[in-house]
Amino acid sequence: MDRVVYLDNNATTMVDPEVLEAMLPFLTERYGNPSSIHSFGGEVGAEVDRARMNVSKLLGADYDYEIVFTGTGTESDNMAILGTIAYYKEKKHIITSRVEHPAILALCKKLERDGYHVTYVPVDSHGNLDMDMLRDSVTEHTAVVSIMYANNETGVIFPVEEIGAFLKQRGVPFHVDAVQAAGKIPIDVNKINCDLLTISGHKFHAPKGVGALYVRRGTRMRPVNYGGHQEKGRRPGTENVPGIIGMGKAAELAVEHLKNHDGMKRLRDKLEKGLLSQFKNSMLNGDSESRVPNTTNIGFEFIEGEAILLYLDDKKIAASSGSACSSGSLEPSHVLRAMGVPFTCAHGSIRYSLSRFTTEEEIDYTLSVMPEIVDRLLSISPYWDNEKKVCKPVNF
Amino acid sequence: MWDYTDKVKELYKNPKNVGSIPDANATAEVGSIVCGDALKLYMKIDENHVITDAKFETFGCGSAIASSSALTEMIKGKKVEDVEHISNQDIVKFLGGLPDEKMHCSVMGGEALEKALKNWRGIKTDREEDVEGEILCQCFGVTDGLIRRVIRENHLTTVEDVTNYTKAGGACGSCIPKIEDILAEELDNKKKEPEKKAEKKPLTNMRRIQLIDETINNVIRPILQEDRGDIELIDVDGKDVYVALRGSCSNCLVSNVTLKNLVEGKLREFVEEDIIVHESQK
Repeated sequence: MDRVVYLDNNATTMVDPEVLEAMLPFLTERYGNPSSIHSFGGEVGAEVDRARMNVSKLLGADYDYEIVFTGTGTESDNMAILGTIAYYKEKKHIITSRVEHPAILALCKKLERDGYHVTYVPVDSHGNLDMDMLRDSVTEHTAVVSIMYANNETGVIFPVEEIGAFLKQRGVPFHVDAVQAAGKIPIDVNKINCDLLTISGHKFHAPKGVGALYVRRGTRMRPVNYGGHQEKGRRPGTENVPGIIGMGKAAELAVEHLKNHDGMKRLRDKLEKGLLSQFKNSMLNGDSESRVPNTTNIGFEFIEGEAILLYLDDKKIAASSGSACSSGSLEPSHVLRAMGVPFTCAHGSIRYSLSRFTTEEEIDYTLSVMPEIVDRLLSISPYWDNEKKVCKPVNF
Repeated sequence: MWDYTDKVKELYKNPKNVGSIPDANATAEVGSIVCGDALKLYMKIDENHVITDAKFETFGCGSAIASSSALTEMIKGKKVEDVEHISNQDIVKFLGGLPDEKMHCSVMGGEALEKALKNWRGIKTDREEDVEGEILCQCFGVTDGLIRRVIRENHLTTVEDVTNYTKAGGACGSCIPKIEDILAEELDNKKKEPEKKAEKKPLTNMRRIQLIDETINNVIRPILQEDRGDIELIDVDGKDVYVALRGSCSNCLVSNVTLKNLVEGKLREFVEEDIIVHESQK
């Protein structure tokens, strides 16, 4: 392979060339401020609104003004929670899941220190949410429920429509972190019945540094930042115009490509089946059915994830791991731990995430180099009998 | 992405001495698959105490593989007596450095060597004997003995350091207060050490003057010369030392500070605790 085989699209994606092309004028001659009275700026404002329309279409929103552009997915997540609890000041209870992104979990930890009570709904071994517990924990003190649409590590999709219908009935605000769903599966905010929904541009072929928060018409929240009138005062500050234009174009393209996602799913399945059948000592992390079509997370027993990534890197393949060592923490990822993935392979879990640019050749190449890498690391492992090709009986 | 040295990269890509030695007479296993890294060390030691062969098996990340490979290279063909004091720092040096968060990989190497040599000498190292005190970190099975040793050998000062080197405190964090206590004790012990040394050997007048002269010439003067200053030893009267600052130091506004902090400080460190430095007017 003469170029990098990029299988880390849940981390970030390539900017689509068409997106770049749409952005370029706004980095050069069309530099006007969208808020200006003169047409040089005003015309840029019209383009920002066109981008807003495209993003609203991607999410199935009724009104364009329900889209608030932000800087990142993390910012949108924070704005959704902080803005809502600032409005419902007397309610001190938040519900989320144990496998959320740190953008939500770290914020909830902080709010716990500030006196909030947070319920972290657990998941089962397939990564599916404990719906009974979620339903049971809702009370009249619940200020907001925040649940992710799809998990970043396993790709498992949560039943947000079911949750949304229940919460609507109970009158509890519902935020969905859809960062890993946007561009991968169709999103319809009206089917979900959510009040707030977060997306991030760079996860679906827009550049980094632009996100959006869907805020349903009539949703009660207070601004988190104060300043100008931009984004109707919800997110003051001069807009990241090139980023917003890029996100608008990326949303438009995503709507097109979502009509035919079978190709990506076929390649993901080919990779997954190929790996699981080649390696006896491997297992799939996450529900095999309810999943976004680009992600597979596979645990390789008795070898360590960072070592696999380094050997893959040597073969010019970029992937990701939930292992402790690769992140600098000392425990495997909170997602794998919440799922109770056996420790024999939690440390050896690799996430491969594809995009619409992934080719069959790249998948075949990855499948062809994996045996060499796994065998090499097994031959170093103290838990592997190289002659009998079985796990050694050891005291863990 | 970790900032691994070329040596680390070379050794995890092409580790040396991988495998087991069926007739090894010194073996050790440290770490565990639960914790995310484990090392099994095999050595063959002959009757002249020469390590004729050394091999390893490692479950772990790139730096764990590189540390293990480095250890076997450092001990192969050497006499036991020449390598038994190899510490994690020596392994880190061999590798040209490791990221802070990866220091525990080198500690695993040092631990394995020590344990394997005990095994060769016939000293029992089953769980009971090996703990060197109580298990402090339940999550990673780290003992206070190991924590103390690593603090001393690597001059650690913070809980974060201890976690990077031993993993202790890196999961649930419930042992952090205990680690803080140990750190405080060790730092306290360290402070007391020089006092003990000073008490042990009362200096003769001759030896004192010799040491003062050496310290000024070899330690203090080079520092002052960096700022185009200089120093001259004028007289020694018991523990009162008379010096004159020269060069740019002579009309420096902070020469008093230099005298007290640098000159007196260094003389107290290298000669005697109660030296008093005076500026000579000559």
